[in-house]
Amino acid sequence: MSTTLLPTIDEVWSWLAEVPDPEIPVVSVTELGIVRDVRYEHETLVVAVTPTYSGCPATAVIDLMIEDKLREKGVADMRLERRLSPPWTTDWVTKAAREKLKAFGIAPPIDGTASDGMSAKAARLSGQNSLSVACPRCGSVQTERISQFGSTPCKAAWRCKDCLEPFDYFKCI
Amino acid sequence: MPDVETTVDVAANDPIMTDAALRPAFFEWLCRLGDNALILGHRTSEWCGHGPVLEEDIALANTALDLIGHTQMWLGLAGELEGEGRDADTLAYLRDAMKFRNILLVELPKGDMAVTMMREFLFDAYHHLLLTWLSSNSSSPRVAEIAAKAVKEVSYHLDRASDIVVRLGDGTAESHRRMQDALELLWPYTGEMFKADEVDERLSDAGVAPDLAQLRGAWETKVRDILEEATLTMPDPAGYAHLGGKQGRHTEHLGFILAEMQFLQRAYPGASW
Repeated sequence: MSTTLLPTIDEVWSWLAEVPDPEIPVVSVTELGIVRDVRYEHETLVVAVTPTYSGCPATAVIDLMIEDKLREKGVADMRLERRLSPPWTTDWVTKAAREKLKAFGIAPPIDGTASDGMSAKAARLSGQNSLSVACPRCGSVQTERISQFGSTPCKAAWRCKDCLEPFDYFKCI
Repeated sequence: MPDVETTVDVAANDPIMTDAALRPAFFEWLCRLGDNALILGHRTSEWCGHGPVLEEDIALANTALDLIGHTQMWLGLAGELEGEGRDADTLAYLRDAMKFRNILLVELPKGDMAVTMMREFLFDAYHHLLLTWLSSNSSSPRVAEIAAKAVKEVSYHLDRASDIVVRLGDGTAESHRRMQDALELLWPYTGEMFKADEVDERLSDAGVAPDLAQLRGAWETKVRDILEEATLTMPDPAGYAHLGGKQGRHTEHLGFILAEMQFLQRAYPGASW
């Protein structure tokens, strides 16, 4: 039976874990939580990917990188599916990825606030420091927001008032 | 591009997508959503590299990018619904001005930062309410999932626009004057957001879209609160309204946008990279 030659779903997930985000290469697409499903339809491998931001230019590059990785592993029969629902949230960014982001100089998203629209909104409206975004460089929470919009759609621009370094904050959505 | 297909499981269960009687109105309505995002996105992108300070330049470029992303989803769905092989790019690049369904507000020239940010605020306040309604109430799962995605981004747009309206309105005498001027210039174009025609009524009757008149109250409350904080004077909500964009009767400004936006596809049909 030819199906016995197909890689297992677990194998495919482990290969996808090797695909880095093109803009933040220290984290993988699986750690970002944008791979939503891996399954077979007969012998076709189907990978469902959700976009981070709807206009993020990295989306097309990510699709290409996933396809490249799977072809490199010998998968010939595959289809990528774009899944919108439920919409991506920073709550899906794994714990390990948050540590990697911090080491890379990007303050990770504050846990849990994204899925709760009200508390995220309250945090935003009540002022910058209530979010306690820690400086990824020196760890100080004496930080301030420069702009809600940063170098990529998923990041905001912040600054540390202690070490004076500007840094990116992976904002909650 | 690899072959990326839209998820079909939701579509298969979307009774609105297969309602043939509703299709012409549904297509028109999706084009309105897509064209509002496309034309405002294009106008906003005109600031790229020209912003007054780096942070604002970046914020405007990011906002424009989100709007272009929304365009791809709405016009993509419109093309899929129509079933004649037109995708989002075809609809964006190969329709003439009279086929565009955006409201007049979004096609007006970008003006100064006061006009740009006041327009964004007036539109975002409406956009946020509309998307919120669609994401939780629309009878079309396909519409709801796009709205749920877009509203997260638009909440950031609205926060920023509100903040800037307050800062510039309650700023210097010069910034206050410019913001008040911008408000009076743009105000007569806001009525079109809430003026329902047959298309809006059909979609509302089918439970796909909200009754626009009902959104108006919440919009006025939000706008009044922010303008008050900004020390700006809100014009008469019952005043004159410029209409026609939703039906394809545009100002002369739209043609110039399309000339720029569509040039490449018109000069080199089918060009791709």
